[in-house]
Amino acid sequence: MAEVLVVVEASQAGVKKVTLELLTIARELGEPSAVVLGGPGAAAAMSDKLGEYGAQKIYAAESEEIDGHLVAPKATVLANLVTSVSPAAVLLASSQEGKEIAARLAVKLDNGILTDAVGLDADGTATQVVFAGQTIVKSKVTKGIPLVTIRPNSVTPTPAAASPAVENLTVELTDKDKLAQVVNRVAEQKGSRPELTEASIVVSGGRGVGSGDNFKLVEELADLMGAAVGASRAAVDSGFYPHQFQVGQTGKTVSPQLYVALGISGAIQHRAGMQTSKTIVAVNKDEEAPIFELTDFGVVGDLFKVVPQAVEEIRKRKG
Amino acid sequence: MKIVVLVKQVPDSGAERNLRSDDNTVDRGSANNVINEMDEYAIEEALSIQEKHGGEVVVLTMGPSGATESIRKALSMGPDSAVHVADDALHGSCAVATSKVLAAAIGQLDADLIICGAESTDGRVQVMPHMIAERLGIAALTGARKLTVDGSTLTIERQTEEGYEVVTASTPAVVSVWDTINEPRYPSFKGIMAAKKKPLETKSLADLGVDASEVGFDGATSTVVEHSKRPPRQAGNKVADSGDGGVQLVQYLSSEKFV
Ligand SMILES: Cc1cc2nc3c(=O)[nH]c(=O)nc-3n(C[C@H](O)[C@H](O)[C@H](O)COP(=O)(O)OP(=O)(O)OC[C@H]3O[C@@H](n4cnc5c(N)ncnc54)[C@H](O)[C@@H]3O)c2cc1C
Ligand SMILES: Cc1cc2nc3c(=O)[nH]c(=O)nc-3n(C[C@H](O)[C@H](O)[C@H](O)COP(=O)(O)OP(=O)(O)OC[C@H]3O[C@@H](n4cnc5c(N)ncnc54)[C@H](O)[C@@H]3O)c2cc1C
Repeated sequence: MAEVLVVVEASQAGVKKVTLELLTIARELGEPSAVVLGGPGAAAAMSDKLGEYGAQKIYAAESEEIDGHLVAPKATVLANLVTSVSPAAVLLASSQEGKEIAARLAVKLDNGILTDAVGLDADGTATQVVFAGQTIVKSKVTKGIPLVTIRPNSVTPTPAAASPAVENLTVELTDKDKLAQVVNRVAEQKGSRPELTEASIVVSGGRGVGSGDNFKLVEELADLMGAAVGASRAAVDSGFYPHQFQVGQTGKTVSPQLYVALGISGAIQHRAGMQTSKTIVAVNKDEEAPIFELTDFGVVGDLFKVVPQAVEEIRKRKG
Repeated sequence: MKIVVLVKQVPDSGAERNLRSDDNTVDRGSANNVINEMDEYAIEEALSIQEKHGGEVVVLTMGPSGATESIRKALSMGPDSAVHVADDALHGSCAVATSKVLAAAIGQLDADLIICGAESTDGRVQVMPHMIAERLGIAALTGARKLTVDGSTLTIERQTEEGYEVVTASTPAVVSVWDTINEPRYPSFKGIMAAKKKPLETKSLADLGVDASEVGFDGATSTVVEHSKRPPRQAGNKVADSGDGGVQLVQYLSSEKFV
């Protein structure tokens, strides 16, 4: 069976869930090989997990230099690998980094690229949901191999045990790969909440939440449910919550099992980021709010009454 | 410093948008076509750099003839001139081909700095800055929420999942910006009047030395097989809170096994 390259994304906590989803999808197209592009020791720490989800082989390109120059070095290493192993497809996460590596790879190899797929058939046909979730597109790469970036939460990751051997790649970079220089990385307090795009539950607040202080209520509900916290643009622009948590057209696209919208009207640009959520519930005091066109369950009411009561009820049930 | 700002015309993201049924491209005929919102932030950033460091700001657009309207609008904010790449052969271009054309046009402009939006609201592919940088062999600093220019050194701050990064490069380079970077100015009446007289040069593929077979449908590296409207979600139960809204909400969530 043909080899399918899956570019691994990791955080401090290890392999990201989206990578396990990519491995699951890759198994439909061929034999998955995981590609680790990172600092020294990166692959060893992740090989068990990658094997558990079906990676038959792990390519490890490990070097300090890979990490310090944004995506250009990663694209160079990946392009060399593609040229030498001629895979049937290359899959990446539809994150900023995934798309950017894919962008450079497409130009280097003069190969087509499809971004933001929510599904990928065995024949390489990708499904994309575009225009604020209103249009479904089926598309195919017609030049080169399928080079596809896939959105988190597109499939449920399923294990398929394998015991992959690690093959080390030599990292040979040119000056052109090192033009951008990361001079500082500042970690910000992150807490224990799941990452917004990967979370299976997202609780979001909008302008109706009223203040940054009141967002504690949104966080309280989120934490009780093991959810990530999101925000509308109006909430972000009003300074209630940081921009990296914005959901929508100019923010993150999320596709969780459950999306909870609190004090959000449901503007088309907000929908663009959450329309494909499996279940949607909302609390809004305006019964005409467009968000209710999307909800599986809606409460028309004051969120400052409804949410504290819900929090209390969940606590009670949890005992 | 010569700054080229990339400006794309897109269908308004606040209204209904469609793909055409005949050739699967964006239906511009039925749409309200506007400047890609993120590109207004790119224009603003270019103008504020010009105010501090002098130099020239040129708008560059690839798009159909109707895109001139958006170009004039961009010029009314303050840039000095514009280049519009328009050619019937470009219809149906993929991102890979678009980057080829934009890189060729930038090459002719001899730019020190290229500023663009982080993504467009229609395609949202988020690839253009790196594709262009790869073709030109220059640096790409993407997703900036802050940009400082010090001689030929560019420094950006970019948000990451873990926090933020500070990244530098020397000119020439491509910088893409998010809408957190600044607050775009509104065109003044004077600006709107002046924009009508600013130089706007139209270039064809031949002018850029790009072969028509490398772009448009002929040169496309991917194809839309089919598209359809996603069925609207069926709205479910909606209850008015009469004192037990929170409990009802949790009952629903529990019936769906979320709590
Ligand atoms: C190009 C472009 C891109 C955009 N990108 C995004 C994006 O990425 N994400 C995004 O979210 N928006 C985006 N927008 C903005 C979008 O159009 C809306 O303005 C925004 O989503 C509104 O946010 P909101 O629903 O929080 O605020 P509002 O529309 O003001 O709605 C607030 C809601 O809260 C309700 N409310 C108030 N008080 C209470 C209470 N006590 N209890 C219950 N309900 C209450 C109100 O009834 C109202 O429905 C974009 C716009 C443009 C033009
Ligand atoms: C719904 C939809 C989905 C698409 N999916 C794909 C896909 O998967 N693969 C693919 O190859 N193509 C795709 N395309 C085509 C692609 O969007 C166009 O080729 C487009 O010109 C480049 O992509 P972008 O605008 O999305 O780029 P982005 O990388 O999102 O744009 C970033 C910035 O680049 C600049 N820019 C982009 N285009 C131009 C331009 N024409 N003139 C001036 N500046 C510009 C702007 O400053 C913009 O803010 C898609 C188009 C649509 C409408």
